[in-house]
Amino acid sequence: MSGPQSHAEPHGAHDAHGDDHAPHGSLRGYVTGFLLSVVLTAIPFWLVMNDVLGNATLTAIVIMGFAAVQIVVHMVYFLHMNGRSEGGWNMMGLIFTIVIVVIVLSGSLWVMYHLNTNMMPDMHRM
Amino acid sequence: MTSYPDWWKLIFGRFTLEAIPYHEPILIATFAAVALGGLALVALVTRYKLWGYLWHEWFTSVDHKKIGIMYMILGVIMLLRGFADALMMRGQQAIAFAGNEGYLPPHHYDQIFTAHGVIMIFFVAMPFVTGLMNYVVPLQIGARDVAFPFLNNFSFWMTVSGAVLVMMSLFVGEFAKVGWLAYPPLSGAAYSPGVGMDYYLWALQIAGVGTTLSGVNLIATIVKMRAPGMEMMRMPVFTWTSLCTNVLIVATFPILAATLALLTLDRYVGTNFFTNDLGGNPMMYVNLIWIWGHPEVYILILPIFGVYSEVASTFCGKRLFGYASMVYATVVITILSYLVWLHHFFTMGSGASVNSFFGITTMIISIPTGAKIFNWLFTMYRGRIRFELPMMWLLAFMLTFVIGGMTGVMLAVPPADFVLHNSLFLIAHFHNVIIGGVVFGVFAGIAYWFPKAFGFKLDRFWGLLSFWFWVIGFYVAFMPLYVLGLMGVTRRLSRFEDPSLQIWFVIAAMGAVLIALGILCFIIQIGVSIIRREQLRDTTGDPWDGRTLEWSTSSPPPAYNFAFTPIVHDLDAWADMKKRGYRRPLGGFKPIHMPRNTGAGVIIAALATVGGFALIWYIWWLAALSFVAVIATVIIHSFNYDRDFHIPAEAVLREEDSRSQLLGRA
Amino acid sequence: MAKAKAQAQVPGVPAFYVTEDEHAHSGGSTMLGFWLYLMSDCLVFAVLFATYGVLGRNYAAGPSGADLFDLKLVAVNTAMLLFSSITYGFAMLAMDKGRQAVMQGWLVVTGLFGLAFLGIELYEFAHLIHEGATPMRSAFLSSFFTLVGTHGLHVTFGLIWLTVLMVQVSKRGLIEANRRRLLCLSMFWHFLDVVWIGVFTFVYLMGVLK
Repeated sequence: MSGPQSHAEPHGAHDAHGDDHAPHGSLRGYVTGFLLSVVLTAIPFWLVMNDVLGNATLTAIVIMGFAAVQIVVHMVYFLHMNGRSEGGWNMMGLIFTIVIVVIVLSGSLWVMYHLNTNMMPDMHRM
Repeated sequence: MTSYPDWWKLIFGRFTLEAIPYHEPILIATFAAVALGGLALVALVTRYKLWGYLWHEWFTSVDHKKIGIMYMILGVIMLLRGFADALMMRGQQAIAFAGNEGYLPPHHYDQIFTAHGVIMIFFVAMPFVTGLMNYVVPLQIGARDVAFPFLNNFSFWMTVSGAVLVMMSLFVGEFAKVGWLAYPPLSGAAYSPGVGMDYYLWALQIAGVGTTLSGVNLIATIVKMRAPGMEMMRMPVFTWTSLCTNVLIVATFPILAATLALLTLDRYVGTNFFTNDLGGNPMMYVNLIWIWGHPEVYILILPIFGVYSEVASTFCGKRLFGYASMVYATVVITILSYLVWLHHFFTMGSGASVNSFFGITTMIISIPTGAKIFNWLFTMYRGRIRFELPMMWLLAFMLTFVIGGMTGVMLAVPPADFVLHNSLFLIAHFHNVIIGGVVFGVFAGIAYWFPKAFGFKLDRFWGLLSFWFWVIGFYVAFMPLYVLGLMGVTRRLSRFEDPSLQIWFVIAAMGAVLIALGILCFIIQIGVSIIRREQLRDTTGDPWDGRTLEWSTSSPPPAYNFAFTPIVHDLDAWADMKKRGYRRPLGGFKPIHMPRNTGAGVIIAALATVGGFALIWYIWWLAALSFVAVIATVIIHSFNYDRDFHIPAEAVLREEDSRSQLLGRA
Repeated sequence: MAKAKAQAQVPGVPAFYVTEDEHAHSGGSTMLGFWLYLMSDCLVFAVLFATYGVLGRNYAAGPSGADLFDLKLVAVNTAMLLFSSITYGFAMLAMDKGRQAVMQGWLVVTGLFGLAFLGIELYEFAHLIHEGATPMRSAFLSSFFTLVGTHGLHVTFGLIWLTVLMVQVSKRGLIEANRRRLLCLSMFWHFLDVVWIGVFTFVYLMGVLK
């Protein structure tokens, strides 16, 4: 061992290299992700702009489905999410966050809907 | 009121000379005391030429141990302020009966109860908890620092910045008069036009940035920097609870930040989120703030559960009973804490389905907490219990917290809550769990880790005195509030009509005085311990026969914590090392790679304080200027790539040799 | 070190410390830490989405989404952000190959798409305000402007960061610290794209549904 710096440097570089390589993706990955997201963006816009389905509730459900799929596409192809990066901790953090986000969104809507229906019946019609 | 010319408004915003409260004798006296104390401190520091030392060794330090200690000091200082508020409220309520208006006018009283709540939660409990985690976690996992040392320093100073703004409101302008969670529409522009609410918003916003980043920092530290061999299920319980706490911080403080930002927009821009006009809905604020607020109480108590666990196993001389169940209980609490928030507003008129869902989840969350109590009990069972100070606090906690927990379950029943909501019963409940849980635990933690941090134990006599004053004082102060709450007395009242209630308030005030004596004894304890430090000296680094890695290094630990990174083979790594004949390495040291100190954190936080002050007073040019300055400082700091250095092997050798001599003497 | 080895050789006593220093390089936690920060940012947006979800139909007798939103403009805007995402990806691929000039080129393109996105958004805001649909008009508009505006602010900070990083790369080259920063910005940028999927679906498309 010839001094700490010379030891630390290649070690660090090697480590970073190992870390970097997997999550970077490839040209193929980026292009696939891009094409998929173009399609997944275009269809909802088309559905809404041309009122293809003729039913607002159905359209809303369908475009939310497309959004969910597109989010997954972005996560996989652009953010390179997988169960291995950072020893699975990235995925763990993401899953936990999604759980909390779902709780915040659905919980708020549920709670506030109940408050409104019980206390201000005509709030939504304003 | 004199009118000020336009140029004045351009330069000073809405700040006027009337904003200085000359006409409030209490404030003037406080100001005089603070100013004199501050001047004396400045004079002393200057006299002994300590500015350079403080700046280089402490303020700009990125050492997690020093930052942890600074958090604790901040907590103690703010405890004094927050407790002064408590004494004033107790005094007012004890005398303001049947026509006697007391000595605090309502506008002053309202500021005091708001400041008391805000300070105790954000600037006492949070710094204490963060300070303990900062100090202990890296040592427990065998790391040399946290993952992002500069960020750690920055987080601390942002917390200080928030505290400075709150303190400033005492002498410049006013503080909020809206209760610690500032429900709109009362906190909106229409009903709270003054600067008080804006002090509240910007102080919490700035401190919240620090808290969130410190949460990110500690998670990354625990996940990435554990010593080799320390698998998740070999982590000390305090590290586990810290991990869960910081997960909660990262996943809740942004909710607080966003909610406060929306209220800020309502106040500054005139949007209609929480107004009663134009489609706004104040209840949405209440909903959002409690999605943060409930996990927040677990942010405070979880690390303290960790402290108790460490104390229990150390002072009973055996492994913690039910380690795995302790970990699972902590994780379950982490997730369940997001499913109970509505129990804070059962009375707001949700339907039966919503109320019963949240009532049931609230009752469920008491189960893992109860499991923990049993684990501590079974740890004590057949243990060799040493009644040192931390253990005493643990016992007081177990008795007190169970009472608080049970009154909590009472409040979880929606029909019961309809009666008890916002009554003094609720006040008694949450002080019961926060004082009986968090505060006792902080004192246990201080008594437990103080010798690690400073190299000498705390004086036992004054510690016991402080302990008994606190515990007895707590019961005397808060049991009457349960009674009053059941009789229907609501919170936040500054005067009363029914003279038959007075005796209970007088008793409660006496309790507050006892607690004041407890705090006084704690401060005397620190002073006496410093004076008697030679007798109380810990030369071994392991004064309690501890079980986790922080006790394997010297007291106080060297800057690099561990000369060699430890390897962990078992839970309670240090107990295992001692049992299996570990011998301290005496040579072969290598240079140690450490982060370099930097003043950027202090500077950015100072700019944030100025910016906050400018926004509060509508001094727009200054606000814009400090915002730009913050961005510029961050960018300039990012151009500095030279952020670390090596402690040479010879320095490590010197440090370790001096420890060998100490150990030899012992 | 001799001693350490000697100790490890005592039978029955395992090694209790590492003699090789393996925590030598800094920055090993940066990617995880930044990801955690992004997760916390997610929750800021969760609150804004929840607020929009609760208040987004409270028009207060003012204009609704169907009256205001120009979906063609939103589609163009979405395209800008999508293009910027793929070009940032190309920049990262160039970085992997160590082609600094190519990478800088793609970063410039990314920045231009980002600027275009911001320009269109500002144009839209100005147009709405000009028509009297200000953030103060109704709870719907308050939550709309705040949600979309917060995303826009993030893009703005992303652009500032991008500029700073380009300067730093040109000064220092693709050293490890700069690579790490570029990867963090990459995550930030793609994260904003993910948030935008929520915005155009939940706010714009569902806003014009009757």
